[in-house]
Amino acid sequence: VSFIPGGLDCSISFVSHVLGKVCVHGRQKEILGVLVPHLTDLTKSDCIWQRICWRLVECVPDRWMEAVVLGFVQGAAGADVLSRLLGNLVVKNKKAQFVVTQKMLLLQYGHTTAVLQNLLGYLSLDSLRRTLLLRVLRELLETWSSSSAVKHSPAEQQLYISKAILICLSHLKEPEIESCRQELLTSMMEGVKCHLDSSLPQLRRLGMVVAESISLKINTEGPVLKFEYEEDDATRELKSLLVQSPPLCVVPSLPDDDRSEKAGAALPLVPESNEKPHIAAPVMPDEELDAELDSDDDLTPYDMSEDKELKIKAPVYIRDCIEVLTGSRSEDVDKWEATVKALESLVRKNPAATREVSVELAKILLHLEEKTCIEGFVELRQRAQVAVLTTDPIPVAKYLTSQFYSLNYSLHQRMDILDVLVLAAQELSCPKFHGKTKHSGAQKPCIQLLPGSDSSKDWRRIVDERIKSKTRRFDVGQSHVELASRPNQFNSVAGHFFFPLIQHFDRPLTTFDLLGEDHLVLGRLVHTLAILMYLAVNTVAVTAMGKALLEFVWALRFHTDSYVRQGVLSCISSLLLSVPMERILADMTEELLETQSWLGDVMEKDPDGDCRRLALQNLLLMENLKKKLEAVPS
Amino acid sequence: MALPPPDPQFVLRGTSAAVHTLHFSCGGPEPDIPLLFSGSENGYIHVWNLRTHRVDTALDGHGRKSVYCVETMGGKDKLLSQGRDQRICLWDLAEGRTSVTDSVFTEHVGFCRCSLLKVAQGRWLMAMAARSLEEVQILELPSKTSVCTLKPEVGAKLGMPMCLKLWQLNCDSQPVLLAGYEDGSVVLWNVSMGKALSQLICHQEPVMSLDFDAEKAKGISGSSEKVLSIWSLNEQQNLQVYKTHKLVNAGISDITIRPDKKILATAGWDHRIRIFGWKKLKPLAVLDYHTATLHCVSFSDHSIPQERLLAAGSKDQRISVWSIYAQT
Repeated sequence: VSFIPGGLDCSISFVSHVLGKVCVHGRQKEILGVLVPHLTDLTKSDCIWQRICWRLVECVPDRWMEAVVLGFVQGAAGADVLSRLLGNLVVKNKKAQFVVTQKMLLLQYGHTTAVLQNLLGYLSLDSLRRTLLLRVLRELLETWSSSSAVKHSPAEQQLYISKAILICLSHLKEPEIESCRQELLTSMMEGVKCHLDSSLPQLRRLGMVVAESISLKINTEGPVLKFEYEEDDATRELKSLLVQSPPLCVVPSLPDDDRSEKAGAALPLVPESNEKPHIAAPVMPDEELDAELDSDDDLTPYDMSEDKELKIKAPVYIRDCIEVLTGSRSEDVDKWEATVKALESLVRKNPAATREVSVELAKILLHLEEKTCIEGFVELRQRAQVAVLTTDPIPVAKYLTSQFYSLNYSLHQRMDILDVLVLAAQELSCPKFHGKTKHSGAQKPCIQLLPGSDSSKDWRRIVDERIKSKTRRFDVGQSHVELASRPNQFNSVAGHFFFPLIQHFDRPLTTFDLLGEDHLVLGRLVHTLAILMYLAVNTVAVTAMGKALLEFVWALRFHTDSYVRQGVLSCISSLLLSVPMERILADMTEELLETQSWLGDVMEKDPDGDCRRLALQNLLLMENLKKKLEAVPS
Repeated sequence: MALPPPDPQFVLRGTSAAVHTLHFSCGGPEPDIPLLFSGSENGYIHVWNLRTHRVDTALDGHGRKSVYCVETMGGKDKLLSQGRDQRICLWDLAEGRTSVTDSVFTEHVGFCRCSLLKVAQGRWLMAMAARSLEEVQILELPSKTSVCTLKPEVGAKLGMPMCLKLWQLNCDSQPVLLAGYEDGSVVLWNVSMGKALSQLICHQEPVMSLDFDAEKAKGISGSSEKVLSIWSLNEQQNLQVYKTHKLVNAGISDITIRPDKKILATAGWDHRIRIFGWKKLKPLAVLDYHTATLHCVSFSDHSIPQERLLAAGSKDQRISVWSIYAQT
């Protein structure tokens, strides 16, 4: 290219043909890697070179246009560079327009954020192209707000579209926003509804961030939509897309530093000025004190050592607690608070007394509502429930599982029951009981305990270690700490936790339909069953549980909600990990084969990335277990 | 070695309802019986005979709605009471009568106690919370004419007035009002001109009660938090924080300074009466007798110093009467 003479009429179409052919054969990176930087430099100030470049790309035949345009968009260093290189190609050439506005945004989703920035920035830089920008935004919003797209498209594609929407918004100017304000509002409302309906937390968060950003743009004055969600890197990155940094990308870091320095400098000043009056004020009374030499000393103080902080005593007996919690004397809120705080430890200290009233206590706790504002009320209640359940597992489990399928409970209460069952099962099956089990924001313990590929490796590691320790008896130092062991208390009650939950799932009640609208609870139920299965390893009932679980999940294999499908796959994992392989092969051979073929299907075709990953892990697990079984000499 | 705190001299029982307000009338010469007036939650005002420790009369004038303020107007024959029936009643108790002579309909639905100040023989000024949320109305009694209405400026967001104190430095000076508000600030109002002279934020929570020493130009206020705030009034009529005192337990219902300005007493939500020296707020005693939150505390106006008493009324329906630091 560097030897094309400037200023003379020459036909570039030959070069375009070559370029197109090379790109279509997949050699975009190599040729454009050389071409684009050259062109970038040459077109910086030279209009003639710009026109030459434009001619170059315009003359590429249509059948190769896509490859070339794709390559340019990916290879350009910034939106302005792309603008110089391509000119108004998208306006003049139908194929290019299709590629840029439709294919790269709606049909593909693998491009990086930088590529998106280039593309959309390019569209915004020329007035002719801005109409395309608006059209693109409309189409992106349509996709974003369509409920079927939210349900069925993969999470990565939804993230891509959200990013594109945010970048478009950042490029829009006031008059343009005015013209499509109503449309933006309508799509935002519809879209946010679909997103919040979803069972996957990352989709909900995506919806919230995008809705907030749209609301920010269309309501410059007045209250702005604000959701409550945890900020993390992903959301911060998304929000940063809303603000356009100046074209020279190196500079933005400096203003940031300046601002943060100034903020840092401002802060120390303020506390200083605050401290000064405080220092001044006490000085004066001190001086006065010294001046008046205790002329008030004819009043001798009395003994005030008994004067301590007033503490309301909690009841000491369980039955008293029950009275306080159900009491109609609503004035004694201090006592109620103290009772709620003390209940868990009381239950654990008095197992015999608790067993007498366990079901009643469970009932009270399930219906307990927050009367006053106590910190951590939800956690306190949950820990008390777990304590009651572990002290008297069978009757309380019977009560709780029956209540799960009863009328007139809120979704929150039903999910509460599931959480309590899981936590209690974990406690019962754990060989070493710590006085305080770790609760890290006990909101969704189910999800934290999901056995993924990590736990299968853990399992292997533990087994390996045990084998190792057994073969080195004559070592003086033990290579690992011996776990204190006690009988598995979960053994006798696992069935009581598990089977009642499976029984009635297909019977809809008037307020509760697991297979219908309440698929969030169904998802949680499936995950709970997976965890219970996993914790039931080494129990007597595990084979029966496994069979029942396999039948249960068979019906739910093709559920539309991806959260439910993930739960089903984790059930299979738990099953493979807990039920001894001999039993699986003996009792469930046909089901196993069917499962294997189903897993293969999921791995290839399921839209959700997590589902595919889990299916793959399950298949690997199956393979490994089979091999292990074959390796062991019988 | 400090002595343990004293026990109450006697305890008055029989109100059968929480006691919200107390007022002594013991200043009369012999053979007048020293009396204690108490207002309860069941609407009754009990007149206690401090010699027999029994109720002499029970006055029912507020339709069984709680009585939260009781004051005498120049002697035990004239009584003023304020109740939750939105009325202030004036009673004539001379010669055994028990009749309401007059009443003022305040339309105030809060708990702000009114404040009385004698300006001339037979003439009183009364400050009370009015119907509108942030206003305080000053009335002249017994004519019931309105002297002025004290309105905070628009957007001041003071909230309801919680406690009031009318005072004047001496008989010739202008009457001034100190008002504590819901937002934790104390405002000094000039009554004749009807405008605020100074405002001071003393607390983060509503000011529950305040009292003021006109001679030393120093006042004290208590709130629902753990801090007592002492503030002073300088020559330019500006309020300034003098110091704060941290309490062991949060919540003060009532504060009162003894007429000789030597000690003050606070009634706490933690069931305890605390006595402090007024000069430097030195803690002197903690009187722990009651079993429920205290609502009011009051010093007697005995002419003989050794007979002086302190009374406290509580939600546990008892009135404890103490003799403490009476010898000074």
